[in-house]
Amino acid sequence: MIGLNHYILVSAALFSLGLICVLIRKNAVNVLMGVELILNAANINLVAFSRFSAANLNGQLFAIFVIVIAAAEAAVALAIVLSMYRLLKSVNLDRADILKG
Amino acid sequence: MNSQLSQDLAHFFPELAVSVAFLLVIIADISFPREMGKRISFTVTLLGLIASFILVVPLFGVSAQSMFFGMIALDRLAVFFKCFVILTSVLVLLAAPGSKELSRHHLGEFYVLLLGATLGMMLLVSATDLLMLFLSLEMVSLSCYIMVGYLRNDRQSNEASLKYLLFGAVSTGCMLYGITLLYGITGTTGMAGIRDFISAGGFPGDNSMILLVSTVLVLAGFGFKTAAVPFHFWCPDAYEGAPTPVTAFLSIAPKAAGFGSLIRLFQTSLTTSPGNTSPLAAVDATHWPQLLLLLSISTMTFGNIAALRQDNMKRLLAYSSIAHAGYILMGAVVAGSLGTQSVLVYMITYLFMNLGAFLIVIEVFNGTGSFSLRDYGGFFRRAPFLAITMTIFMLSLMGIPPFAGFFGKFYVFAAAVKSNLAWFAVIGALNSVISVYYYARVIKTMIIDVNQDAGTLKASKIGQVMIWLMLLPTAALALFWTPIHKITASSVQIFLGN
Repeated sequence: MIGLNHYILVSAALFSLGLICVLIRKNAVNVLMGVELILNAANINLVAFSRFSAANLNGQLFAIFVIVIAAAEAAVALAIVLSMYRLLKSVNLDRADILKG
Repeated sequence: MNSQLSQDLAHFFPELAVSVAFLLVIIADISFPREMGKRISFTVTLLGLIASFILVVPLFGVSAQSMFFGMIALDRLAVFFKCFVILTSVLVLLAAPGSKELSRHHLGEFYVLLLGATLGMMLLVSATDLLMLFLSLEMVSLSCYIMVGYLRNDRQSNEASLKYLLFGAVSTGCMLYGITLLYGITGTTGMAGIRDFISAGGFPGDNSMILLVSTVLVLAGFGFKTAAVPFHFWCPDAYEGAPTPVTAFLSIAPKAAGFGSLIRLFQTSLTTSPGNTSPLAAVDATHWPQLLLLLSISTMTFGNIAALRQDNMKRLLAYSSIAHAGYILMGAVVAGSLGTQSVLVYMITYLFMNLGAFLIVIEVFNGTGSFSLRDYGGFFRRAPFLAITMTIFMLSLMGIPPFAGFFGKFYVFAAAVKSNLAWFAVIGALNSVISVYYYARVIKTMIIDVNQDAGTLKASKIGQVMIWLMLLPTAALALFWTPIHKITASSVQIFLGN
């Protein structure tokens, strides 16, 4: 029988994988994929908690808003990455190094 | 129910005014020819913000209440912060077309984004539901990411927005994960509901660990918004690469909104004793006062030490704004009416002195095309007006009386001393001493250093008026001390929920 614990384990694993992906990847698009993993880990949490422990629909509603926000964020993020590509002909984050100190 | 909703709508007019202006600017921008569209969208934005300000001020007298089924609250703290962010947006709006970085570009979208960020901040400071809090935080962030990268063909601006975006996305993602944990444990996303759950002893023994973890995760989002160490890495880079008016905006408005929301969440929700004056003494289940204390000390110390070796004015002001966030967090640690009032006073003084300094950076860039501190050499002969006003803003940022900065620091340190945290105030005072060095370095460069470039520099008309507008409150705040004390003292009222 699959219960709340299984969902929480999956979402914790997804969250950790997303965080690791963000920290070690050099490619801007891969980093954004890591961010999506983090947001979807939160979504699994929300839906699972809504079903098993909270006994209300707030969590599922929240998850829908998170999906919308994730889409908006991806649109803005990809536009910025695209303009980086136009300027540098690369999406490698190591190339973005003119601001430091 | 219907009459309740229409009453809520009547209290929602300030936000509606901004939303209407938001839509009108988009339409005006695409339906008028270029030059005319520029002027019309500027006027509509200005009118929308002024209308919103006029509509929000009377709400100061309305009794605290919940709006839209517990999503947002109407209380004096929210009204104060709404006035504050609208005022900041108006000032940045007036400064934006005068900057040579921005004036070359099409500004219609810029005004739209400014209005979007303002609307987001107005909702953020009044959000009493974690869903609303997250949505409005993202609304502010998304608008700001694009504003930072507004100079599309400029490598610096693009890099700044990329770094801002990646840090922002990760920290709001962590915050969201923390919010889901809170929801899972308490079964509600309303701030009042979470407080009731905690007060009822919902976290016995090991469960308090989960509460601590989710508090830390939520703090990541606020730390990012207010640029507190260790969530500050984006801040110097984003501030340096962004167009200067945007930098000025970022260093004041979203920071203030972040503090407003942080105060509301921690004092009304993640606590067993709402409105407690010295929370460090009380055993608080969430340990947030201790966490904020650590954050505050690391933020001001790191900001001040890192600012010592900066040669770029925008970077120097970025680290200085990190340090000031540390002082403001000190007020948030003390909490209660005393601490909250000190945060409000500090925000007011910080608005005028910091925006004034950035206005001068804009004017100098228009004249010399440089942000380097070296190019400020010999300013007392080349541009006496800019040099003298910059000196006053720097003295105020140091916290030297009789300028505004002194009053902000005085309130924050006094609040810490009064709640038996004198050692905390001493750390703050030592930090102010460190900060004297780099602010004085700017003054020294302007007075003593010589510059081969001997041409005189003159500020534009509108720039001069704006600098005077910032200078008067900075230099003569002592004269308005009583009204400011009274307004902030009555603004600390927070709606606790029902």
